[in-house]
Amino acid sequence: MKKEFIVKNARVVDPSQNLDKVCDVKICNGKFVESVSKSAKVIDAKGLILAPGFVDLHVHLREPGQTSKESVATGTAAAAAGGFTSIVAMPNTSPAADNPSTIRLINDIIEETAVVNVYQSACITEGRQGEKLAPLGSLKSMGVRAITDDGSCIQSAEIMRNAMQYAKMFGLFVMDHCQESTLTSSGQIHEGEWSVRLGLGGWPSAAEDIIVSRDIILAKYTNSHIHLQHISSAYSIDLIRQAKKRGISVSAEATPHHLALTDACLKDFDTNYKMCPPLRSEEDRKALIKGVVDGSIEVIATDHAPHTETEKDREFNLAPFGITGFETAFSVCHDVLVRSKKIDMLKLVKLMSTRPAELLGIDAGTLKVGSPADFVLIDENAEYVYNSPVSRSSNSPWLNKKLKGRVVQTFVGGKLVYKA
Amino acid sequence: MIVKDFLKNASFKHKDLISTQALSIDDVNEIFALADIFKASLKNDKTKLPYLKGRVVVNLFFEPSTRTRTAFEMAAHKLDADVISIAASASSSVKGETLKDTAKNIQALMADMIIVRHSCSGAAKYLADRLEIPVLNAGDGAHAHPTQALLDAFTMREKFGGNFKGKNITILGDILFSRVARSNIHLLNKLGANVTLAGPSTLVPEEFEKMGVRVCYDLREAISDADVVMLLRIQHERQRATYFPSISEYAKVFGLNASRENLLKKDAFIMHPGPINRGVELDSFLADSGRSVILNQVTNGVAVRMAAMKLCMQAKFGK
Repeated sequence: MKKEFIVKNARVVDPSQNLDKVCDVKICNGKFVESVSKSAKVIDAKGLILAPGFVDLHVHLREPGQTSKESVATGTAAAAAGGFTSIVAMPNTSPAADNPSTIRLINDIIEETAVVNVYQSACITEGRQGEKLAPLGSLKSMGVRAITDDGSCIQSAEIMRNAMQYAKMFGLFVMDHCQESTLTSSGQIHEGEWSVRLGLGGWPSAAEDIIVSRDIILAKYTNSHIHLQHISSAYSIDLIRQAKKRGISVSAEATPHHLALTDACLKDFDTNYKMCPPLRSEEDRKALIKGVVDGSIEVIATDHAPHTETEKDREFNLAPFGITGFETAFSVCHDVLVRSKKIDMLKLVKLMSTRPAELLGIDAGTLKVGSPADFVLIDENAEYVYNSPVSRSSNSPWLNKKLKGRVVQTFVGGKLVYKA
Repeated sequence: MIVKDFLKNASFKHKDLISTQALSIDDVNEIFALADIFKASLKNDKTKLPYLKGRVVVNLFFEPSTRTRTAFEMAAHKLDADVISIAASASSSVKGETLKDTAKNIQALMADMIIVRHSCSGAAKYLADRLEIPVLNAGDGAHAHPTQALLDAFTMREKFGGNFKGKNITILGDILFSRVARSNIHLLNKLGANVTLAGPSTLVPEEFEKMGVRVCYDLREAISDADVVMLLRIQHERQRATYFPSISEYAKVFGLNASRENLLKKDAFIMHPGPINRGVELDSFLADSGRSVILNQVTNGVAVRMAAMKLCMQAKFGK
């Protein structure tokens, strides 16, 4: 028996087909189809936007090892609530996802508990120590698509160069958290007016710029692709823009929080504004938006980084870096990019769905016939207070804040996984 | 009695003293006026005043301190409060207790006020936001040291005859890691003085100009028009990297010595929050010279802290 349904009257936005109009979307047995029978169930989505499910290249699910913060079950439920249907989990689990056995364990957990598609990434180096390459070929054969030492940027140019060259052989997607660590050893917040005012350790944007330029040079030298994670600095965006002009294969992501907030938010030492890389100056934020508009930044990724209340509720220096992001990402980006008329909805969906799916090489980010029916229904005008996180953690700058524009239903493979 | 009348009319509303930034000019003047009264009273009589009698003040120090802790203890004693001083090494922090739990326990023990010093910027505000009882910041990281700034300004006020307008104050040394400098910048700006920061460029980033001060790397220029030169110690214990080549080079390039004293205005005076590294930032003879008001600062620190403690306590518990 076929499971058929048709979504009617929605404004359908699909960058993969350059589509933005009211039309029907048909689903049969978990895939988008050309037509459905007369008996297909009808969903009336009048007044809503239908878009391909969001794809997040940068998330922390904390399982195994740190399930007091999040688990695959709670993290993917939060992802679904934010409209994300495919996500790339970072390998900084405990133990680190640097070997086939750990990947197998995580894949089993995903199989059993995830409500959206999870692509577990692996480490580039053993234990994310930046010293010895992880068994990338074996990891690839376990289904790994992307590698990164996220949070522990490889400092040795030699190892990074070899990683890029070696990973290319397997078609692995190499992602880098750009941070020159000698410049950030005592860093707490962006080095600038606010680090000076508050007497908190400065985290210079140069630390990001140095690694961004190194990675661009290595991408050119090894003729391979590099994906630069959560870019926050104006000069880095400039470097990426120039590299793209020269035809170097580089892609970059930005987070909703770096697009929406600045270091001025730190004025009251609120640890829910503490993350890595840090919130930067208004100048950097504007440059980031410009980068999104002109295509230098191709992807929006959340860097969803849950931490418990106990961990965050303490002295600023001692609180961990990171904030949650799934559930607020669309509202925040819609506000700062679409409602403010910087980009249109088609472009936002491209940034949050189509482009990251293409980069990762997965069949997602599209409503094309034959693709899995991963999609979201969005109410652009819905107002809500973000006060009951689906995530196990609540370390969000938008906690208890009023937001506008939200995902109201999320479908993975034609199955409803979230309803507001 | 004059103190009673003063307190009855006081409008100071802060239960906590976290930074000088949060104080209005009226708040500052009220602290100064009460400190004047306390100082005169202690000078004449030398016996304790009863204005915190029956109150228990806890000094919670997570960083080593002699001068500040003793000054707070002295101030509390002079107001006839009982004082308990807790050093971090003796506290539960080594057993893994959080700062919040430690402080909440002290509050649950029925303390009436906590004086806190902590190596983390923001720690005093963190406690003040979570405790009912008054919290006084005795220094949090590189963020703020409000009572030091108040006693510094109080000392200048005595020398200036109360008028800060047009006065030039140069703070010289390790500004980046200095909570004293930050608290002084906020306060002196409020009072109408012109603040100049000087020292090695690595320790005096230009971003400080956004706080409304002049940053000057030419020592001659920085001190020649100063009415006050406030020297800061190089805080070796806070520095994780090499910000300047050596102590001897620092002394040579930035130390206030006899030849640089010649550049000073005739009536310019020298301040230092202590502890002094004699022969490094300040030549020994200058520390003991007529220009130095360093010991006045220490004495004033008791009166100013008495005033701050009394006003915060009154803001919390009523008149």
